[in-house]
This record gives sequence, C-alpha cells and structure tokens, in this order.
Amino acid sequence: MAKALEDHVATVPAPSVEPAGPSAPRRMTLNMGPQHPSTHGVLRIMLELEGETIVFAEPDIGFLHTGIEKQCEKENWQQAVTLTDRVDYLANLSNNLVYALAVEKLLQIEIPPQAQWMRVMLAECSRLNSHLVWLGTHALDIGAMSVFFYCFREREDILRIFEMFSGQRMMTSYIRIGGLALEPPRGWQTVIGKFIRAFPSKVDEYENLLDSNPIWKRRTQGVGFIALEDMLDMGVTGPMIRAAGLPWDIRKSEPYSSYDKFDFNVATRSENDVYSRYRVRLQEMRESAKIITQALEGMPEGPWQANAPHVVLPDREKMKTQMEALIYHFKIVTEGFRVPEGEVYQAVESPRGEIAYYVVSNGTSHPYRVHMRTPSFGNLQALPVMLQGEMIADSIAALGSMDFVLGDTDR
Amino acid sequence: MTHPAILSTVEAFGETTHLVDPAQIVQLCGHLKDEVGFNRLSAVTAVDWHPAEPRFEVVYHLHSIASDGRTSKRLRLKCKLTEDQPQIDSITGVWRGANWYEREVFDMFGIRFRNHPNLIRILMPLDWEGYPLRKDYPVHGYKYSYQKE
Repeated sequence: MAKALEDHVATVPAPSVEPAGPSAPRRMTLNMGPQHPSTHGVLRIMLELEGETIVFAEPDIGFLHTGIEKQCEKENWQQAVTLTDRVDYLANLSNNLVYALAVEKLLQIEIPPQAQWMRVMLAECSRLNSHLVWLGTHALDIGAMSVFFYCFREREDILRIFEMFSGQRMMTSYIRIGGLALEPPRGWQTVIGKFIRAFPSKVDEYENLLDSNPIWKRRTQGVGFIALEDMLDMGVTGPMIRAAGLPWDIRKSEPYSSYDKFDFNVATRSENDVYSRYRVRLQEMRESAKIITQALEGMPEGPWQANAPHVVLPDREKMKTQMEALIYHFKIVTEGFRVPEGEVYQAVESPRGEIAYYVVSNGTSHPYRVHMRTPSFGNLQALPVMLQGEMIADSIAALGSMDFVLGDTDR
Repeated sequence: MTHPAILSTVEAFGETTHLVDPAQIVQLCGHLKDEVGFNRLSAVTAVDWHPAEPRFEVVYHLHSIASDGRTSKRLRLKCKLTEDQPQIDSITGVWRGANWYEREVFDMFGIRFRNHPNLIRILMPLDWEGYPLRKDYPVHGYKYSYQKE
C-alpha cells in the first residue's frame, strides 16, 4: 500500500515549517469540517491559526464525489439529463439547461420560442430558489435566525411550481434535449403570476429584516475581501466577481436561450466584501423577478419541443397511427439517438457563476466525455486567498458569502 | 492567429480550437494571457481516446472578458499526449486557478503536470488506485466490479 501511495501522490513538497523559537508566535492547526454546520455540506478546511487570525487555509474537497462525469459516459444522451440535476442540487434547471444547450449545439437543432422562454423562466425560478436558500442559511450562520423561515416560505412556493411543471420538487429534469420534458401544465400562468406579483415585496421584507440589524452589518461589512485580479486569476465567477465591480454576466455577454430578448440589469457593487455580495444577490433576485414577469407576459405561443423526430419522442397519438413515428419511438427508446461527432463548450450563468459543460461526442448514442466546469469548484479555489489574515469568526461569514454547493464542487 | 506552438486550427460550432505542441504550452498560454488578453482560465480537462494513440488530450478553455463585462471571447487549446508519457508542463505559473483543475486531471486521468506546486489527488482518496475517468476503468470501479463475481 505504501508503494501505491507513493506512486499515486506524485510530488508533494514538504510543508515549510518555520522553527518555533521563543519569539515565534505559537501556531495552531484547526480542522474545520467535514461536518461543520457552516460548511453546508461536507467541506473540510484546515486552518492554521495565529491566535485568532487565520494564517493559512487549505480546503479539502471530494467527500461528495459521486463520479457523475463517469456515469454520464455510460448513459445515453437523454438519460444523462437526470444526472445533471444531481450536480448542483439547488440550481437543477441551470444544469439541465447547459447540458441541453450543449447537446443541441452538437445536434444543430432549433428550439421553438416557447420552449426557450419557458427555459428562461424556470432557470430564473431556480436562481430565486438558490439565492433564497443561500440567504436563509447565510443569515442563519451569522446568527439572524428568522430570515431563514421567511426565505424558506417563498422557496416552498418555488418548489411547488417545479412540482407542478415536472412532478418533482428538486430533481426536475424538466429541460430535455430538444425542448421540455412535458407540456407546460394547465393554469401555470395563474400560479406563477400570483407568486411573482408578491415576490418583490418579500425581497423588501428580507432587506428590512437584515439591513435594520446592526449586528448583521457589523458582521458582514469589510469582511472577506479578495482583489478582483486575484479572482480572475483563480477562476472566481458569478455574484462574487460582480460584487467586486466587474459587470460580467454570461446572460449578457454570451446570451443563450433568448436571454437577449429580456430587459434586465446586471447587479454590481464595488465594495467587494460579504455585505456587497449580499446586496448583489438581493438585487439579482429582483432582476430575476423582472425576467419572470416578462416571460409570463410575453410567452410566445407554439410548440414546446423541437421539430426533430429523431431526437424528440413522438406524440402518443401519432405513435399509434403513423409508422414513421412508431419507428422513431422504438429507436429513441431502445438505443437513444446518435449525436454527430464533435465537441462543444457551452457556458451559462448559474446562480453561483459560470457553469460550463464540455461535451465530446464520437458519433454514438452515448456521450464520449462530459466535463462539468462548475462554479463552486472555481470559487472555492480562491478560499485560501480570501481567508488569509481574516479572524476565525469572520471565516464563517466569508465562507457563506461564496455560496458554494458541495455537490457542485465534487460532482 | 499564428504562433510557432500552434500546430493546427479547427473552427467548428462557432468555437476555435488550436492544437498545440505540448512542449510549448506554458509559453503559448503566457503569450495569450499577456498579449492577446485572455485574462481568465475557464477550465482544464482531458479526454481519453483509448485505445487510439496518442491516447490523451489535455484541453484548456481560455476566456477573455473586457472590463465592461459585455464582450467576451473563448478559445480552446488541445495538447495530445501519449500513453507511456502522460506528462505536460503545468500552467499554474500563468493562471493560479489552473492548480485545482490540473490536480483533478491528474486524479482522474493520471496525467502528470511538471512543476505543479501540489500535485496530489483532489476528489478521490489519497490512496486510491487507478484513474477513474480513463476509458479502461470500469464504471463501477474495480472494487465493486461485477466481473469479479
């Protein structure tokens, strides 16, 4: 075993341990996690402390590694959609969307406007869902317990909407290659309309709860600074980078799924601390509500699946009356559809930042390789830079402001 | 774009791919970052083309964002590596963010990155044997493989 370990751990430089002389301050190594409540999952951080100041922090990930990329290679193209849900379990529809967009790019099929708008609307609902969970748990970490209950009240509404659309509260798999999984349910306009009319006032409510709380402000303002250059260098994306003043949002810079037809602003701040990240996400919730309202009012009529009989399952009625439809149905169900050879890299803006799938096809009915560039992985990498020099109590606030999901990190 | 390290260029699905000489990857990345403005590294990954030879492809996804955040450009670099020499220089000196991505590629494919500051497994346990994303590695792993029964 020792030989195997030597072989697999290629080069580990010896840690530079300074001699602890009489004048050297005593350092302590503290192991935080993997079952620490504020790490929101199974993240282990090794902290080296000098008194209460963090000298060095090293995240240790992989506790939630489930080999999703390997499993994708075994499933056929459409089946792999259900695995993408499990990557980031708070923003399932963003993951469904990026995978579907990547494969549709390879297949070169056109998605009808109604499906595109529906995708945008539901992706924004999942952004609200993710930000609500983030806000509730982040405030809970810092000690403001009541916000959690308010946020989860609205989250419940969103989960009901997902259930109404797809039959599932979390693992929706509603966005499929070629369109949507099911026809939008009857009366969805009423349910979404009722929710979205009330939602902006709920955001004001959270804002009042937190911004009138001096403890919240003292715990978050000026904490968790990390320079914009460091963020770009380390691969940080999403609300973190927007809170540092860079107005980069993939929905604007590389519009996908008709995001260019929607009118919304990119929320930015310049303070670059935990508080500004909170403000950015709060503003994003308002912008998402705007997008959902526009989608609700301007939803185009028409089909919700692409006109691609070799990819999309035929209508039940057609399958029973037309021979071609029956043949396509048989082919799609038994072996799945084939995707032409090629490789694409598709990025979308998930609630946490840039989520990008690199999909390689070798012309068969299974993906040859699916690489998931997940935002939490990139963001978490910058944690040592962010925590250096912070107080240990502030590390909880700083960690929370990153909004990582360990399923997203470890895949 | 021309650079002595670029062997060939493919344009497909609106994306540009450069096939790059593995020996000059660091030099090319430094050039792309400093002179062409690719200020971000989006991801590093690999593809295993077993049993074809050269077996591995290390894939770099570069990204450039303007300071107004509105215009962005993407570029893909690919380096082919053979099965008996799965080694390439690390680009952590160009983008520090390459650190974890290269560790992940090492963990999953067994490709070694020279001059990497801390090349150890990142997702799998440190004493894990084998490289899970290689095509000759069974989906259920060796330990739980049904073939043994």
